[in-house]
Amino acid sequence: MDSSRRRILQLLGISALALTTRPVLDAFAKEQQATGADVIIKEGDKVLKARQWAMVIDTRKLHSEAELEPLIEACHTIHNVPKLLNKNHEIKWLWGTHYHNAFPGKAARFIAEEVEQRPFLVLCNHCENPPCVRACPTKATWKRDNDGIVFMDFHRCIGCRFCMAACPFGARSFNYRDPRPFIQETNKKFPTRMKGVVEKCNFCAERLAVGQIPACVEVSKGALAFGDLYDPKSEVRELIRTHFTIRRKQTLGTEPCVYYIV
Amino acid sequence: MLELALKGGKKYYGWMTLLVVIVGIGFLLYLRQLDFGLGITGLSRDTSWGFYIANFTFLVGVAAGGVMVVLPYYLHDYKAFGKVTILGEFLAIASVLMCLTFILVDLGQPMRAFNVLLYPTLNSVLFWDAVVLNGYLFLNIIIGWNVLEAERNGVHYQPWLKPLIYLSIPWAISIHTVTAYLYCGLPGRGFWMTAILAPRFLSSAFAAGPALLILCCLIIRRVSSFDPGREQIQSLAKIVAYAICINVFFFLCEIFVAFYSQIPEHMDHIKYLFVGLHGHGAYVPWMWASFILMIVGIILTVIPTTRKNEGVLAVACVAIFLGTWIDKGLGMIAGGFTPSPLHEINEYIPSLQEVVIALGVWAMGFLVLTALFKIAVSVKEETRS
Repeated sequence: MDSSRRRILQLLGISALALTTRPVLDAFAKEQQATGADVIIKEGDKVLKARQWAMVIDTRKLHSEAELEPLIEACHTIHNVPKLLNKNHEIKWLWGTHYHNAFPGKAARFIAEEVEQRPFLVLCNHCENPPCVRACPTKATWKRDNDGIVFMDFHRCIGCRFCMAACPFGARSFNYRDPRPFIQETNKKFPTRMKGVVEKCNFCAERLAVGQIPACVEVSKGALAFGDLYDPKSEVRELIRTHFTIRRKQTLGTEPCVYYIV
Repeated sequence: MLELALKGGKKYYGWMTLLVVIVGIGFLLYLRQLDFGLGITGLSRDTSWGFYIANFTFLVGVAAGGVMVVLPYYLHDYKAFGKVTILGEFLAIASVLMCLTFILVDLGQPMRAFNVLLYPTLNSVLFWDAVVLNGYLFLNIIIGWNVLEAERNGVHYQPWLKPLIYLSIPWAISIHTVTAYLYCGLPGRGFWMTAILAPRFLSSAFAAGPALLILCCLIIRRVSSFDPGREQIQSLAKIVAYAICINVFFFLCEIFVAFYSQIPEHMDHIKYLFVGLHGHGAYVPWMWASFILMIVGIILTVIPTTRKNEGVLAVACVAIFLGTWIDKGLGMIAGGFTPSPLHEINEYIPSLQEVVIALGVWAMGFLVLTALFKIAVSVKEETRS
């Protein structure tokens, strides 16, 4: 009698364990298949496709901060990037900086004054070997298999900021406070973010999905080119072949996909 | 055994009340941080980790330092440490608790913390850090509690504990190694990109942890009838002496590599910390204070006459604890982020609110530590009588 009661209790215990471990095991099993979050951007008929999107910036065609302004404005407006006055809280996807800041360690001495004054546009490099993706503990940022864009899931990000420490280009921003009150005009077609998550340039993935090139390229009057790095006939490949281009910190082995013509 | 933590004199309750008040103030400010966001700290786009992560890093070291009493006792059969191993294990528990709290406090979206387990990511060092820290916490709770309970009942601890005890020794090394890997594997952060970072972390850990333990032993002797023992304290002091010497040696190795090679990416961070860079130098007095404190610690612990004087030894331990805290708790993180990858200098100064929240976490840790030590000491007093 006593032993059968024990047996029943044992069975109950084991079945309770089995019932509770099932969802956990499921989660692990599912994770094995997925390479990133299950985010699907619906593809339209006109979707632009590439193995690895890349950008070429002809810095000779952008002479002053004022000329960069429309590009930055276009990007920040459609992506609901807030304008925060406190420099510590600043969010930026695309911005201009000096040659020696964009390419520290690469600056020759006594370079032409014109180059020294010229603003250099910097953004996420959508590296082929991105250290930020390696660092993220939740796969909230990952490299898309289909087009090489380094993407973010704002809803999975826990705000640990490991990706910011890992990025050698300072491309990532963190929402140190609720950004929504600081968005001048909200674009309803793109999500706004909440406090406590990281964000960065997404190469306008949402525009590519409907057949449009990135906003900054569109308004750059030919200073920026965009295309597939692995398509020998693409505009970016043509520019890389016919011009001497440099990339930011290429010695680090991250394989940045933004090329600069200086 | 928990009831032992509730029986205490006026001084005990006074100290615990003080800690609870500090925890309360810290918690209230944390609620404000939860509401506003991490913007109430001094963190920025350039320096995205600061005071919280720095204290976390330092405390991982203190937790790992506990192994310095466990290892000689269990691996070398150094019997004298049998009396104090429980203190090392309980110190580890309190320290790891502080570490985990600091991580949680640093998260932008703490309610999503379990995403780390929901989407386990083997290529992220942070995932492994969560694994080893929680593992070390549980190991020490299980070992410490069971060994102490066995001692209370006058029996030998259960045989199945032995493998766990052996496991806890390399595990202690692993927690600080993985924590160093958070930093030293990041491309473009010259200050951290050094293979010696994990050994450096361990050496400062094995100085700071046992130094704190010596101070605790001296306090315990004063406030209770349990004497951790002169031999035990002296042996710990020798461990501290070796560890702090190795720590300073490792630091000088870093200086040599950076300044003989003259590579700006490696030099600039050290310059920023010790002499200032482009007119920015908030950390200069702190870093020199840290260096001097560590040197004073070396002198006082290496010379036998000063080491053997427990009053002087206490001063040395305070100097070493403070020195290593400034080195790791202030310089290591801020120095790694300044100058930024774009070689801009945007100095990070922790905000007052940030410091008070951190103090609250420390108070929480010391609350747990005091309660645990109270239990351990009460058991020791009980079994002796």
